[in-house]
Amino acid sequence: MYRHKLRFAKLATSVKESLKLGTTIKYKTGFWSVVKSLWQGAALTIRHFRNAKNRRTPAYVSDENYFKQPDGLVTLTYPYEALPIPDNGRYRLHNEIDDCIVCDLCAKVCPVNCIIIESVKATEDIGTTSDGTKKRLHAPVFDIDLAKCCYCGLCTTVCPTDCLTMTPVYDFVEVDIKNMVYHFTDLSPEEAEEKKQLLAKQQEEMAAAKAAALAAKKQQG
Amino acid sequence: MLAFLLTLGLMLLIVIAVVYAERKVAAFMQDRMGPTEAGPHGIMQPLLDVLKLLQKEDIIPTAADKKLFSIAPILVFVAVFAGFAVIPLAPAVVASGIGIGVFYMLAIISLDVVGLLMAGWGSNNKYAMLGAMRSVAQIVSYEIPAGLAILAVVMVCQSLDFQEISFQQGALMNQFPGLEYEMNWLFGIEALGINTTTIGGITTWNIFRVPLLFVAFIIYFIASLAECNRAPFDIPEAESELVAGFHVEYSGFRFAVFFLAEYAMMVLVCLVAVVLFLGSWNTPLPNIGPFSLAYWTSGTVGELSGILWGAFWLISKTLILLFVQLWARWTYPRLRVDQLMHLCWKVLTPIALAVVLGAGIWRLLMVG
Repeated sequence: MYRHKLRFAKLATSVKESLKLGTTIKYKTGFWSVVKSLWQGAALTIRHFRNAKNRRTPAYVSDENYFKQPDGLVTLTYPYEALPIPDNGRYRLHNEIDDCIVCDLCAKVCPVNCIIIESVKATEDIGTTSDGTKKRLHAPVFDIDLAKCCYCGLCTTVCPTDCLTMTPVYDFVEVDIKNMVYHFTDLSPEEAEEKKQLLAKQQEEMAAAKAAALAAKKQQG
Repeated sequence: MLAFLLTLGLMLLIVIAVVYAERKVAAFMQDRMGPTEAGPHGIMQPLLDVLKLLQKEDIIPTAADKKLFSIAPILVFVAVFAGFAVIPLAPAVVASGIGIGVFYMLAIISLDVVGLLMAGWGSNNKYAMLGAMRSVAQIVSYEIPAGLAILAVVMVCQSLDFQEISFQQGALMNQFPGLEYEMNWLFGIEALGINTTTIGGITTWNIFRVPLLFVAFIIYFIASLAECNRAPFDIPEAESELVAGFHVEYSGFRFAVFFLAEYAMMVLVCLVAVVLFLGSWNTPLPNIGPFSLAYWTSGTVGELSGILWGAFWLISKTLILLFVQLWARWTYPRLRVDQLMHLCWKVLTPIALAVVLGAGIWRLLMVG
C-alpha cells in the first residue's frame, strides 16, 4: 500500500515537472494544420462511403477472409443472411427420447433446474436404446425450459446414452415465454395415465402376491 | 398558385430524397447498410416514416403554453417555406421575382428563430428551453457572417434580385432586361482583356468571376450549417445531451412539421449558396471555340428546354452541396458552445468583414 502511494507521489511530481518545463502534449495549431486535419477526417469518411459497394459475405470461420474484412459494409441482413456456425454448435438442447433411459442425471446436474422429468416404471419390456442399454422407465414428462437454460452443457456430458445433445439451432425466439418450454415426451397424457395405472395395478398384484406369500409363510411357521 | 404548388412539390421531393440520403450516407460512412426493408433498398423509408408520424397522437403537455406550443411548428415551417418564394428555379421560373429578393430572404429566414424560441419556451421543459436558448444564440450570431458573405455578393453583383444575380453568372447574361450591354471579364477585371461574356460556364460563376467570393462562399457555407442546426453545429439539438433540444416535447404531426422545416431549411440554404456563388441555374460547361457547350447545355430562355436544363443544373448543384452537409455531419464532432461562439465572432465575422472590404475594392476594379 505504502509503495503504491510512493509511486503515485513520484508520478505526481513528474507531471508537475513536465508542466513546469512545458513538455505536456502539444496540440497542433495554426490554420493549415487545422485545414489538413479537417481534410483528413473528411477523406476518412468518404473512403468508407466509397467502399460501401463491398460487403461482408457470410463466410465460415475457417475462411481465410473471416478475420480480415479489409473494407466495405460489415453488417449482414440477418434473417436473410447469417454467418454459418459450426456443425457442433452448442445451442438449443435436443433429447432423442427413444434413446433416453430416463435416468434423471441431467435434471440432477442442471445448475438452473431447467429440466423437469417424471418417470414411471415400465410394466412390460420396452426395448433397448440404440447403444443396447435396456430401457426400464417411461417418461410422461420430459420438459426443458430453454428460457432458463444457461447452455453450460453439463447435462449432455452426464447423459449415459448420449441422447441429450446440443444442436446448432440458435434462432428460436418466441412471443410467449411459455413456448420456450420444450416437451420431449413420446407419451400422450392418456397413454401416460394408462402406464401409471398399469404400474399401480402391477404393484397391487405384487403386493397382494407378497401378502399372500407372507400369510402362507406365517401359516407354515 | 402554380408556382406555389411547384415549389411545395419540389421542396417535398428534395426533402424526402435528402432524408433517405441522410440515412443511407450515414450508414455507408459507418460501414452499415441503412434501411433495406421498405421497398427496394429501403427507398420507401422516409415516406413511411412520415405516414407513421401522421398517425401518432398529438400530445400537448399539460404544463405547456398551449398557444405558443401549437403555433411554433407552423411558424417555423412558414418562415422557411416563404424563403423558397424568391429562389429562381430556371431562367424564366421564379415564384416571386421581386427586386429585393436577397433582402427579403434574409429577413424572412430570421423569423425561424422566433418559432424555435416559441417552441422551446412553450414546451415548459428544461431541455427544450436550453435547446431553444442555444438555438437562438447560435442562429442570431451566425446570421452576421452569413449576411456579410451575402453582402459581398450583392456588392459585386450590384443587385438584390436573385434572378438578375443568376443571369450575371452565365452566357445568357445579355438576355436579362437591363443587362443587355453588360460584359463579363475574366476574374471580373477588364484590364486583363479576356472577355468571358460569351464563354460563360464556370468562368462566370461568382466564385470564379471574383475569386475573393470563394472565401465568402466558405464562410457562408459554414454559417449556413450553423443556421440550420446541422452538425458540427447541432448544439441546439444535441441528441446525446439535450435529447432533441427545442422539439423534445413534440410528437406526431407537429414533430413532422419541425422535421420537414429543418430539412427544408437545409435545402434552402444550399439553394441560396448555389444561386449566389455557384452560378445558379447556369451550366458549368463553358463555350470553347467551336464547341459551344454552354449554349448546348442551357436551352432557350423561356422555353421548356431552358426550364429543364436550368432546373437540372440548379438541383444537381444543390444536391452536391447537401451531400457535403451530410458528409460534414458524419465526419466532425459537435463543437462546444464557447468554441461555436469563438468561431463565429473571432474568426468568421472578421474574415467576412475583410471580404466585404475586398469585394468593394474588387468592384471598383471591375468598373475601372
